[in-house]
Amino acid sequence: MLGYAFKRVLSAIPIVLITITACFFILRLAPGGPFDGERALPPDMIRNLRAYYHLDEPIFIQYLNYLGGVMHGDFGPSMVMKDFSVSRLLSIGLPFTLMLGFTAFIVGTAAGLIAGALAAVNQNKTPDYVLVFLVLIPLIIPNFLMANLVQLAFGVYLGWLPVGGYQPGAWTHLVLPVIILAMPHGARVARLMRGSMIEVLGTNYIRTARSKGLGTRLILARHAIKPAMIPVVSYLGPGLSYLLTGSLVVEQVFTLPGIGKYFITAALNRDYGVVLGTTVIYIFIILVLNLIVDMIYAWLDPKVRLR
Amino acid sequence: MAGITGKDAVLSGYAEQLVAEAPKGRSLTQDALRRLMANKAALVSIFVIIAIVVLAFFGPYFVPWAYDKIDYTGFRKPPDFAKGHYFGTDQNGRDMLARTLQGTQMSLIVAAVATCVSVLIGVVYGAIAGYFGGRIDAVMMRFVDIMYALPYILFVIILVVIFGRSPVLLFVGIGCLEWLTMARIVRGQTLSIKQREFIEAARAGGGRPFAIIFRHIVPNLTGPVVIYATLTIPEIIITESFLSYLGLGVQEPQTSLGALISAGAPVVEALPWLLIFPAVFLVLMLLCLSYIGDGLRDALDPKDR
Repeated sequence: MLGYAFKRVLSAIPIVLITITACFFILRLAPGGPFDGERALPPDMIRNLRAYYHLDEPIFIQYLNYLGGVMHGDFGPSMVMKDFSVSRLLSIGLPFTLMLGFTAFIVGTAAGLIAGALAAVNQNKTPDYVLVFLVLIPLIIPNFLMANLVQLAFGVYLGWLPVGGYQPGAWTHLVLPVIILAMPHGARVARLMRGSMIEVLGTNYIRTARSKGLGTRLILARHAIKPAMIPVVSYLGPGLSYLLTGSLVVEQVFTLPGIGKYFITAALNRDYGVVLGTTVIYIFIILVLNLIVDMIYAWLDPKVRLR
Repeated sequence: MAGITGKDAVLSGYAEQLVAEAPKGRSLTQDALRRLMANKAALVSIFVIIAIVVLAFFGPYFVPWAYDKIDYTGFRKPPDFAKGHYFGTDQNGRDMLARTLQGTQMSLIVAAVATCVSVLIGVVYGAIAGYFGGRIDAVMMRFVDIMYALPYILFVIILVVIFGRSPVLLFVGIGCLEWLTMARIVRGQTLSIKQREFIEAARAGGGRPFAIIFRHIVPNLTGPVVIYATLTIPEIIITESFLSYLGLGVQEPQTSLGALISAGAPVVEALPWLLIFPAVFLVLMLLCLSYIGDGLRDALDPKDR
């Protein structure tokens, strides 16, 4: 198990390097830049700006400098929000994004597993039909639309929950964002869980367990849940990047102070430093979480770790 | 012809009878079509989608207002049949019906082009990986695994930022990043197809690898490719509307459903028709596409049920 973990960590390092490199060169070699304003700047000023941001050095040197900076947690300056370095922005937004994403991930996965298992146990009965229909809703109503609808329903008409914004400690501000973020994730998990659970419940060893007189609950808890979770766990990795996509929207709609908002704003302003920094951080997080998911996968399915 | 005994007449009569009574062979496609037709939800969805497509592409010719035409006598007006604003007007006095249809059209075009791009890349990539196998396969599929883990939406946004917000680029960019599942499925199918005798025969006959891939393997992939292409379409529609919602997609005066929803959402209390109509079109389209996708999968691949 440890050896397996070590191997996975080693294989993740080149991925991080390659993505940083690719993003860096794509963004640096792209036409246009943060200094293209409404009015063209005088050439002297542009030269000074470029010198200030070290953009006049050979691109390879810039790349090495950037990489060195990233190693120390320095992602360079923001070229549009001039009072902030990218690292400062990240340190403001990252804890929030992580908290939001993590909560939604836990809530969505748990709800999805329970819903999927319930539907599978009651296959082709009323609870199954109801759950399958409920699960379809977040998959066909895009999250930005759903976010606006719940804002309207719970925030404006019912007045139960705030529609946006966040201060530390104000947990009611997080209820709607977490639900919106968790719903599509939970729906996908529930679909997978239902399918694999139905398959597991049809296997011979479950029939054996039944025939020796075990109760349904015991069968589920001891024999069915763990193997049924394998496809779900293998989905959790890609699921994380869906969650990230969702958090971009949720942070925007609910005006939350996470890095997703910086990313979108920076993308609209062509603030390459921030775009690059947030991308690197996102990829890093996703890869770390993927490693964790892989570990869980190896624990659930001995075939994976013994290979 | 007829012999003295009349044997030939009897036999040829028998032969004709055999032909007439022969059990009608049903191809796999016919079988699948029959199963699809039995699926009511999928059938209804197909008709709805056809109706939406016709409406989106031909509707604008019959709507009294153009999508970018400003009616200076009516800003922010609810549906008004006398003036021909059947869905009302937006803040700039543009007809919402025309804009919704134009937005639907844009979403459909993006979906079609991006799906084609993703099918093209996915099929070629998957078939090559599956056919050559071994180390090539391992490397190629490892790359797909990595891409799977990475949040592709970041790359779409970076592409959009770099190359400006032209719709064409949006189509191609989304398509370039949506091919991963397709590649996996195609590879799996290719692995099983390449074991079959006709591939061996082609190889024995001296067929070159790429000729075998494109002439013998790819045509046999039609079924799964069609299913997953259908399942890709709603995903691409969502991606496009998501980008447009964030202001990174289709730009004014052109519009898409995501952009319309993004414009309508902040004012939904006062001007609900700005949100309702595009939202209904988008959700209806996604619902029908997901039913069609599921129906096709059940029809072509009954073992999954």
